[in-house]
Amino acid sequence: MELYQKTIHEIASDLKAKKVSSVELTKATMAHLKAVEPKVQSFITVTEEVALAQAAEADKRLASGSNLTPLTGVPLGIKDLLCTKGVQTTCASKMLEGFKPPYNATVVERLNAAGAIMVGKTNMDEFAMGSSTETSYYQKTKNPWNLSCVPGGSSGGSASCVSADQAFGSLGSDTGGSIRQPAALCGIVGLKPTYGRVSRYGLIAFASSLDQIGPMTKDVEDCALMMNVIAGHDEKDSTSANVAVPDYTVEMKKSIKGLKIGIPKEFFPEGMNPEVTEATKKAIEQLKSLGSEVHEISLPHSPYSLAAYYVLAPSEASSNLARYDGVRYGLRVPGENIVEMYSKTRAAGFGPEVKRRIMLGTYALSSGYYDAYYLKALKVRRLIKQDYDQAFEKVDVIVTPTVPNPAFKFGEKTDNPLTMYLEDIFTISINIAGVPALSLPCGLSKTDLPIGLQIIGKPFDEGTLLKAAYAYEQSTDWHRRKPTLKES
Amino acid sequence: MALSEKDVQYVAKLARLEVTEQEVAKYTQQLGNILGYIEEMGKLDTANVEPLTHPLDMKNVFREDVVKPSLTQAEVLSNGPEVQSGHFKVPKIM
Repeated sequence: MELYQKTIHEIASDLKAKKVSSVELTKATMAHLKAVEPKVQSFITVTEEVALAQAAEADKRLASGSNLTPLTGVPLGIKDLLCTKGVQTTCASKMLEGFKPPYNATVVERLNAAGAIMVGKTNMDEFAMGSSTETSYYQKTKNPWNLSCVPGGSSGGSASCVSADQAFGSLGSDTGGSIRQPAALCGIVGLKPTYGRVSRYGLIAFASSLDQIGPMTKDVEDCALMMNVIAGHDEKDSTSANVAVPDYTVEMKKSIKGLKIGIPKEFFPEGMNPEVTEATKKAIEQLKSLGSEVHEISLPHSPYSLAAYYVLAPSEASSNLARYDGVRYGLRVPGENIVEMYSKTRAAGFGPEVKRRIMLGTYALSSGYYDAYYLKALKVRRLIKQDYDQAFEKVDVIVTPTVPNPAFKFGEKTDNPLTMYLEDIFTISINIAGVPALSLPCGLSKTDLPIGLQIIGKPFDEGTLLKAAYAYEQSTDWHRRKPTLKES
Repeated sequence: MALSEKDVQYVAKLARLEVTEQEVAKYTQQLGNILGYIEEMGKLDTANVEPLTHPLDMKNVFREDVVKPSLTQAEVLSNGPEVQSGHFKVPKIM
């Protein structure tokens, strides 16, 4: 096994035992990253100089043996919507080409403080709007399991780089499924924490009441390790929750005997891909055989979650993206007067999906339509949240498929935006309710494409969620399967 | 509610997006489809439901008004497309 194929917890013990230095590890990872990058195209920016400088610092720390964390000296990828001081941060948009933030996102500060290494900024859908990473202005990231398929999105590069062993783990962000859906499609673990669990300071905003940053990793233990570093209150984010953070690696190892698992009937619709249905049902049987109790439940308003989301998220986005006006940062296209400059800059800087959502949100918030769309969606939001509150009175976690189908081919869903939006049908209600959810591998299709299992938890109960995921994972070997970077 | 090309042009103006005729035609059709899907929500009776703006039970967060280190003027201006004498420069407003 090559060094770069290991998990974070495996390589951390090698680093600590001085079997390898962080500089050696970073060089080996960087060489592999570059070798496969022409095929996979996970990164918008590769930060080799930064990585080697950080690795040299990590080696000093490792030599002294003090102040070590499991991430000290470990190479990671960072989604290109997290601000990194002095390092280009584009949001995969032409609008922010060349933008070098003057400060770090809190999660980046926390990774730096833990001694982690940044190998690069990962590709994504433009401003995180999409489910295939095809809306990136820069490049099309490929799914390492089949290079003619999409990696999912919006955190497509963060998923592919972990799947293809270009990094040991990565950070993604999830507004309606953008961590879990690409994790499922690329065969890795991805966690969207409870809203407020992880600071959003320095995350370039898409929909502020839905966005959350989370880890994308090779296995559940790595996910717990990254959560230990990034979770917790931050005074720089007023929506960050002041709730104690447990040691997730301890929580994860607790028994699932008697754990109550809810299976919502709405998440197994007629006509769903039979391979996904079968893999999910097998996984549920597996969890049952490990000692958990399975209960059928109902989340009756979940069929309305996609409709509510496509009012709420674009409305928030239309407001958040008003800041791209050619004045303080990013692209500027000259105009005769300021309004012309704004309009030309925004027309040239944003891609079609971003424009579509800005217009949709502007329309939903405009005079005369606010009650019919935005206010209605806020009321539906309460109904969806209440569904989860009531379900969690009966069960500890909820298990569903992450995505209705395995990865699809490039261009398959770009003509009709609605077909792309349906990719998130099982992930979107979780963001609306603000609860945490994780995707982990639970099977492969006949054509060797990964299938993901979604586990949903109570607010701030990521520990129980990781516990269920860890118990399942330890009884299977799906997480050890590696993609072959084949074309089909 | 059917969306017209005039609606799309109006919304584009509100959003400060310059759009071509082809874009207007395309967005009228696409946004119309999406809005048709969104109107599914109309099937739900929400007359007695309070709106929920935020998943957490949030209150205003206050802190002491203490001066702390912040970005320098040079750092703040460093990404400006046009900067002059410590200011962001824009085309004429009036």
